[in-house]
Amino acid sequence: MASKTKIRAKSTNGVTTVKALMSHVMETGLRKDAQTGEVIPAHFIQEVTAKWNDEVVMTANWSGGVSKNPYLSFKFNGGAPGDTIEIAWVDNTGVSETGTAEIK
Amino acid sequence: MIDAKRRLLLKGSLGAGAVGIAVGAGLLAPRAVLAAWPEAAFKATDTATALTDLLGTDATETSDAVKIKAPDIAENGAVVPVTVESDIEGAKSIAIIASGNGTPLIASFDLGKDALPFVSTRIKMAKTADVVAVIQTESGLLSNAKSVKVTIGGCGG
Repeated sequence: MASKTKIRAKSTNGVTTVKALMSHVMETGLRKDAQTGEVIPAHFIQEVTAKWNDEVVMTANWSGGVSKNPYLSFKFNGGAPGDTIEIAWVDNTGVSETGTAEIK
Repeated sequence: MIDAKRRLLLKGSLGAGAVGIAVGAGLLAPRAVLAAWPEAAFKATDTATALTDLLGTDATETSDAVKIKAPDIAENGAVVPVTVESDIEGAKSIAIIASGNGTPLIASFDLGKDALPFVSTRIKMAKTADVVAVIQTESGLLSNAKSVKVTIGGCGG
């Protein structure tokens, strides 16, 4: 499942803004394969956990209704350049991926 | 080498029970991890049921403090950018709903203690409909809606 999560995190005036781009097909389970007519099974990120150093700042529960290659942005009070942002996701098949970046 | 491992695995299976070994090997672990995913809410086919399953009630108060940024016209229903923002104190979670989808609940974000009430993502919309944002606070649910026209097909017809 290809490339890793890309994260950009910037801290301004005590507020850190995080922008992340995850790599995932996000299949709803409703599409049919154009060639075979078979339903393409649901395959999507279900849970996302975002951490600042060791603190969980946000968790998200998703459905297949989130677009392919999900974009996510959120903000929190705190964070300084050099701190770690970690974004981890788990999909409905149990596959997980974790990406990290430093706050700029 | 692989045979040796298989023999060990099978031996272990007979000894401790296949299920036990599978759990140990992490094969069944995902079930436990995903137990927290609100399946009923995401499978609900109407907004009221989805909100009740997710948040315990569908009673919402429309509030301009819930700001939704989304395009008036989305050229591609598969990728509709939506931002929900608020300066409400004590916001606990934000839910995004696409009223015209077969299963309207798209996403739910639980805000940690330092998180600001701000989320931005891209969602799939089946057709022209309201994008509804619901913010859960100590005193109840606040919501707002923004109508987004979805043009499916290249020429928007």
